[in-house]
Amino acid sequence: MPFLEFKNVGYSYISGEDDYIRALDSVSFSVERGEFVALVGCNGSGKSTLARLCNGLIAPDDGRVTVDGDDTSDKSKLHGIRKKIGVVFQNPDNQMVTTVVEDDVAFGPENLGLPPAEIRERVDLALKSVGMSEYAKSGPFRLSGGQKQRVAIAGVLAIKPELMILDEATGMLDPSGRREVMDVVKKLNREENMAVVMITHFMEEAAVADRIIILDKGRVAADGGRELFEDTALFDRVGLELPVYVRVAQKLKEKGLDIGCPLDITSFVENTASAFGGKGRGV
Amino acid sequence: MRDVTIGQYYPSDSIVHRADPRFKIVILILYLVTVFFCESFLSFGFMTFFAVLTVILSRVPINKVLKSLKFILIILAFTTFLMMIFYKDPGNKPLAEWGIFHIYLNGIYASVKLGWRLLLFVIMPTVLTLTSTPTELCDALESLLKPLKLLHIPVHELALIMSIALRLIPTLIEETDKIINAQKARGAAFESKNPFRKIKAMIPVLIPLFVSSFRRADDLADAMDSRCYRGAKGRTRMKKLHFHVGDVIALLFWCAVTVCVLFLKYNWLGWGFISAWSL
Repeated sequence: MPFLEFKNVGYSYISGEDDYIRALDSVSFSVERGEFVALVGCNGSGKSTLARLCNGLIAPDDGRVTVDGDDTSDKSKLHGIRKKIGVVFQNPDNQMVTTVVEDDVAFGPENLGLPPAEIRERVDLALKSVGMSEYAKSGPFRLSGGQKQRVAIAGVLAIKPELMILDEATGMLDPSGRREVMDVVKKLNREENMAVVMITHFMEEAAVADRIIILDKGRVAADGGRELFEDTALFDRVGLELPVYVRVAQKLKEKGLDIGCPLDITSFVENTASAFGGKGRGV
Repeated sequence: MRDVTIGQYYPSDSIVHRADPRFKIVILILYLVTVFFCESFLSFGFMTFFAVLTVILSRVPINKVLKSLKFILIILAFTTFLMMIFYKDPGNKPLAEWGIFHIYLNGIYASVKLGWRLLLFVIMPTVLTLTSTPTELCDALESLLKPLKLLHIPVHELALIMSIALRLIPTLIEETDKIINAQKARGAAFESKNPFRKIKAMIPVLIPLFVSSFRRADDLADAMDSRCYRGAKGRTRMKKLHFHVGDVIALLFWCAVTVCVLFLKYNWLGWGFISAWSL
């Protein structure tokens, strides 16, 4: 049984008096434990609606969303579902409840009703794994955007979920903040084997994932591995831009130099070097 | 302005800092009530001694205390001054007079006492906020108000609302700055000298601020829901408040101070030195 499963899910927003907008339409996919999935799409493709459906913040109009077999429409199961799925949202300022970093991280485990000693342990561990231990006692306003978002991740980690959803969690950060957050997320997926669903419109971030789901106008346009980045027609159709290395590689191919489909700087340099007959060394 | 988050908390490891915030609040209430009963200069001096002692024990630098009292001191000086020049004492000859203003000896006494009383009133709450974090104070209030749960008053929720409000103040200040700048860029006249135009100019700031606050509230509610929040039900705390023998001793000590002040006021045993110092 898949860990998170969407079966023919549909969802509509009310807009105006009798009008409604179809945000998602018969969406089906599933995520297994330990997977790293990137969910990409343009604005208005239904990405954020999908994130809110995952942990039952909203219930689907049609179809079923199940987490570990539990239906998110079943209100009595919601608490259990939210223990298993953590969500990090876009704006770091809007997810902090208290004025001290460690108190904020403790908010989740406190809601689980754990004994104080265990909460302490989880908070320290969570802060350590996002590299924010030294800021435990400071106020969130002395932190940069990337640091705040790492605290938000720690707040989710302290609940010990099996799947973490990042809903454009890097959207408001500067490049260095984005890198900080991405490094933490990659580490969590590789070392702790935590499943990650990363909702983003930065293709360079999506290229880190093992699997990419592309949403277009509320429907799943594609679901597959990194080979999707070779499908230029698909990206044109859904209005997304390919990662910059892929685009450069395509331009080179037009000029007669085939370096394949590199997704990060290391493979780009290696492929280019070997195309020129040199020995591919990383950077 | 961003420092509002941690209030005016001055980190240190003094005995006042380490005291249980619940006891600090109870002692503060006791102290404020006691100040009401101070009448003679003797009792004012007595209370001031212990107030100053607390400030010293808190190891907060005195200029830090004065800085946080700055605005209050201005208001206080103004009130005292008004009290002095408008005091009416028909039985006595004024020491000085200009037109409608008269200064009487009793007026000076009364206004000095007023100022002194107000000063005593504001100094201890300041010490409380200098030595306890807003989180500690929220937790303490939640704990102290627990009996109200029997009356179905949502104590936990109220404490949480307080803590979120404290947490959002700096965010909203930042947001207000942004909106003001955005409106200035579009030619809004905030610098107008006319107070009515100035107030009118604030409307295009307040409305976006309201709208964005509602959006923030929605986001925060989602984030809290996602982090398994279900109200007070089944919730535990990481930092439990503990009181020590020292806290109890401090409370008993302040009770003794209160009894002394009551003695100075009512003089139940008719001691001569108290009536001699009754001024």
